[in-house]
Amino acid sequence: MPGVQRITGRAVAINRANIDTDQIIPASWLKRIGRTGFEAGLFEAWRSDPDFPLNRPGAAGAKILVAGDNFGCGSSREHAVWALQNFGFAAVVAPGFADIFRGNAISSGLVPAQAGADAVAAVFAALEADPAAEVTVDVAGLAVEVPTAGLKAPFELAGYARWRLMEGLDDIGLTLRHEDAIAAYEAGRRPWLPAQPVPQA
Amino acid sequence: MTGRLFDKVWDRHLVTSPEGEPPLLYIDLHLVHEVTSPQAFEGLALAGRPVRRPDLTVATMDHDVPTIGLDRPIADPLAAQQIARLKENCAEHGITLHGLGSIEQGIVHVIGPQLGLTQPGMTVVCGDSHTSTHGAFGALAFGIGTSQVEHVLATQTLRQAKPAAMAVTVEGALADGVTAKDLVLGIIAALGVGGGVGSVIEYRGEAIRALDMAGRMTVCNMSIEGGARAGLIAPDDTTFAFLEGRPHSPKGRDWEAALDDWRSLVTDDGAEFDHEVRIDAAALRPAVTWGTNPAQSVSIDGKVPDPASFATPAAQQNAQRALEYMGLEAGTAIRDIGVDVVFIGSCTNGRLADLEAAAEVLRGRKIRPGVKALVVPGSARVKKEAEELGLDQVFTSAGFEWRSAGCSMCLGMNGDILTPGQRSASTSNRNFEGRQGPGGRTHLVSPAVAAATAVAGRFTLPGDL
Repeated sequence: MPGVQRITGRAVAINRANIDTDQIIPASWLKRIGRTGFEAGLFEAWRSDPDFPLNRPGAAGAKILVAGDNFGCGSSREHAVWALQNFGFAAVVAPGFADIFRGNAISSGLVPAQAGADAVAAVFAALEADPAAEVTVDVAGLAVEVPTAGLKAPFELAGYARWRLMEGLDDIGLTLRHEDAIAAYEAGRRPWLPAQPVPQA
Repeated sequence: MTGRLFDKVWDRHLVTSPEGEPPLLYIDLHLVHEVTSPQAFEGLALAGRPVRRPDLTVATMDHDVPTIGLDRPIADPLAAQQIARLKENCAEHGITLHGLGSIEQGIVHVIGPQLGLTQPGMTVVCGDSHTSTHGAFGALAFGIGTSQVEHVLATQTLRQAKPAAMAVTVEGALADGVTAKDLVLGIIAALGVGGGVGSVIEYRGEAIRALDMAGRMTVCNMSIEGGARAGLIAPDDTTFAFLEGRPHSPKGRDWEAALDDWRSLVTDDGAEFDHEVRIDAAALRPAVTWGTNPAQSVSIDGKVPDPASFATPAAQQNAQRALEYMGLEAGTAIRDIGVDVVFIGSCTNGRLADLEAAAEVLRGRKIRPGVKALVVPGSARVKKEAEELGLDQVFTSAGFEWRSAGCSMCLGMNGDILTPGQRSASTSNRNFEGRQGPGGRTHLVSPAVAAATAVAGRFTLPGDL
């Protein structure tokens, strides 16, 4: 996965709290076995409303989604992250994220930029005034910016997550550097813990 | 020492805490299903990585399996492909698979406990947010995404920053007719849909101790609906009695050693939590959700709330939007709301005890003409045990459809869905917009209320019939 330092582009604003992953990608899409082709399912039900922000001119090609608090609550489906990325989004700016969604986003290289509620409200206001305003999510500088509105606000991203996103690192590869510690742990597990028979290849 | 249950389970799984990285936790049991695993296995193949511990990995198929016509090929080609892919992946990596046709097939969070795979003090993960169910045994159980599924397959560890510890203490006793489902809906209403974000909840107090294992699983199952990372209940004699003699439970001297160990898995007196919430069990009544998230519930004796009654403009707007989606008027009595469909099942309420509670209400009764009602047992074994008790006859005589095991209408992946505008009383866990089918309107309730509601055609308590 490629590293990401700074994302600049148009933004789509969905000013609702508690947007759940069933809205982001409905269950009927989860039968697919790849990580691509989910863009048409992104917010499928809400897109039937012609006024839905994703249907507005300029949404196509947008790189940043701005949303309300507790974004991505509900199901653990990583398909929600893939659908956002397949559509073209590289970052989501919100006052808060559901835990599993945040982890999924970081794993797949979508930046979950958690900014203060006041800062996100200011971004919403700036985008209402100028829907075509360019927005920057600066991963290196941990700031979200709307230059035409004179707005620059910090966002939170844990240090390890930020480093991984910037370097585009494979989490499994990083963990396997601790293979000795994993093997040592395995030698001391409680003897009664359940295990399945494994057929010999 | 004043440790918390959460710390005790966490500490015994800590593999390493490298400087500047989230800790690595060892995973004792990885449950796998067809929907969130294919991309993970593909990732392993692309990187040329093996499954580290197929012996600690157990698969089943539940999310998009049909619940009727199991003697025929699966009609949906995408579901058929996904199910075939799971079989191939399990065969290739030597992973035990409880597939369609097996007596152990079923919803992943029903079969783990049923087989005795879920035990106190373990870590359990699954690519499903309702993995929190397993916390009912004092196991630390996390729902994870597909990239993390791949990570666990490859390393048998999870990278996880340590969450905060929250105590939800439920004092007093539940009144007659108030169930674990009503309790957890009450807890979520108190917490809010995001109140548990960043936390592992330990459920404590007299009302929790009084629950049987099915009830404890119902409570822990819905921890995620309050945003929590996991839910936990300290194991006790109720837990041990449930586990004794199950296929994967320890046997003989191991059982004695395990019991000694498990009895230490309690929060010590005087331990402190990062957040504490207290709930008065006696104040709870059977709950019905009115909105589009699981925190939006009221007592069945209540009314659809007025959006203007909410504190903030954002909450008012959310409530207004929810009422519009649900097609409800503020002030309508819950008992005056009619339903089209009743669904009894899911990882929340698809266990034998849930089916028994619903059948008790339905014995000798018929559902209201025009209501479509289905029961989907949580596993093939639950179905068999229910049939041995004659429950299938009770349900079908009342007018319910008696289905085979799976997630079914909880999330509507397998074709068991609401049509646009249809209203359901559902024992499942989510009432999000479109959750049970595009345009469908879901009200979450307990199995007993679902059964009574099927008879009356509108929200009803068993005692009202």
